[in-house]
Amino acid sequence: MPAPSYERALAELAAADPAIVVVTAENRAAIRGLPAVLGERFIDVGVAEQTMIGMAAGLALRGRKPIVHALAAFLTMRAYEFIRTDIGIAGLPVVLVGGVPGFLSDANGPTHQAIEDIALMRGIPGMKVFCPADEADLVAALPALLADPAPCYIRHTAAPPACDHPLLGQPHRIETVADGDDVAILSFGLLVREALDARARLAAEGISARVLNVRMPKPLDEAAVLAAAADTRLLVTVEDHLQTGGLYSIVCELLVRARVRADVLPIALAERWFKPMLLPDPLRPPVQSPS
Amino acid sequence: MTLTRPDLALRVREHVIRMTRGGGCFLGASLSCADLLVHLYTRVLRIAPAAPRDPERDYLLLSKGHDVPALYATLAELGFLPTSRLVRHLDPDDVLYWHPNREVPGVEFHAGSLGHLLSVGAGVATDIRLRGGASRVFVILGDGECDEGSVWEAALVAAGRGLDNLVAIVDRNGYQANVATEELIPLEPFVPKWEAFGWRTIRINGHDFDQLDRAFAELPAQRGKPTAIIADTVRNKGLPSLEGKPERWFVKLSPGEVEQLIAELHGAAGAALTSSPMVVR
Repeated sequence: MPAPSYERALAELAAADPAIVVVTAENRAAIRGLPAVLGERFIDVGVAEQTMIGMAAGLALRGRKPIVHALAAFLTMRAYEFIRTDIGIAGLPVVLVGGVPGFLSDANGPTHQAIEDIALMRGIPGMKVFCPADEADLVAALPALLADPAPCYIRHTAAPPACDHPLLGQPHRIETVADGDDVAILSFGLLVREALDARARLAAEGISARVLNVRMPKPLDEAAVLAAAADTRLLVTVEDHLQTGGLYSIVCELLVRARVRADVLPIALAERWFKPMLLPDPLRPPVQSPS
Repeated sequence: MTLTRPDLALRVREHVIRMTRGGGCFLGASLSCADLLVHLYTRVLRIAPAAPRDPERDYLLLSKGHDVPALYATLAELGFLPTSRLVRHLDPDDVLYWHPNREVPGVEFHAGSLGHLLSVGAGVATDIRLRGGASRVFVILGDGECDEGSVWEAALVAAGRGLDNLVAIVDRNGYQANVATEELIPLEPFVPKWEAFGWRTIRINGHDFDQLDRAFAELPAQRGKPTAIIADTVRNKGLPSLEGKPERWFVKLSPGEVEQLIAELHGAAGAALTSSPMVVR
């Protein structure tokens, strides 16, 4: 069986559903082959994220299901007010796919680092936020996300399999990708793989860690988080996102609202700008810089 | 009996003036585009009050938004909603507020944040083309709204994609809030700007029905290009005592003042307003 492919999945879904249109602001890395397949249903507006979102709203008004693509930083920030106003207020079924989110921006620098995208998108009433762990997780979720009338922001990933997926195709559920009862590590995106690596190291020290793939931070699978809080002594949130407004915030808001006492350790990005690094580098343990 | 366009426009203006009671409304911009809306809804748009969501209809998107009292009044006069509902403007139990929203029959999309609906209109026009439809999309922009970069971004993309079923109409009343556009950020030469962005552009007097007839007679004005119609208009058109008074753009009036203005609309001497004007600069 061939590896799951986002591009192929979109082609198949679009073949089955003529309402689907694929839109991009000149960002074709993940969908290069689609113009040949979709013809006029592939709409490239050029480097014009705001217009792309306004057009997606217009297309959705006419009954289309637009799946729009741009780099996550420009999609969620340059076009923020268009997303909030044209898609959010109208509650239109537009799927927003952000490229190279979080650590995936590689050497581009702070302009391209979408590390506040989840906080921004979850702030829009009705907007769902989906951060799959790998391409298989992404592809399997597409039918459910496209059938959903709610708008959804997706952190795109082309990552190879990060883990087994016991709940593949059920994006609204948190997956327990490894069980444990001392600590629960909650993560999403490419850091799920890192959480599994951390779990192995903790096991060597006699600590049993559960790893949760929180692929949909909004709406949150609250039962799974509360179960982890009940079953373990420490929740650790791990995210390539600013600490403000991301997974740590989401988990803490739930615990306070549910009146559950739990220790939560955030591993997130501090509020500052980061110099660029190629992907493996930010994942390495920190080293003392020469002084 | 069908009213003539000037008579219908007079009724629309009356409704708009009545909406200045209580919480007030954007009188200046509503009166500047009243003739435009009357012309569009009676002579141009293929849309029926009984089927305002017919997929084969033409679309009218009000991008500047704050001129919506003129749209409410036009829609009501033509039967999209009862005229009796207009007195419920700003009533918390109704949805007739200072900017358009889709809950009002005949209103296609919400607006208020400037610079949005030309791109929304481009999306609607794109879908119409994908389906081989004959509908057209008309977007009314304010001239002050054309300060927004997103207007020009959408203009570039719409022309680049050859959306000749899209028509932008700029209500060129010369002001943004209570500041003259040419004193703040000049828009002129305006026609060459739109032409340079790839739009076939026509400039008319937006209160002259003969010129409106000619401008909208044949669309697209040029095959393969979107059409821009720059309609030169006058703020508070129809009320000589307020025409050209920039501080009377948003107006909140007493019932007595409303009656004075309606009398003025029908030819009586100029009203003497005592309610304080709203000035942003």
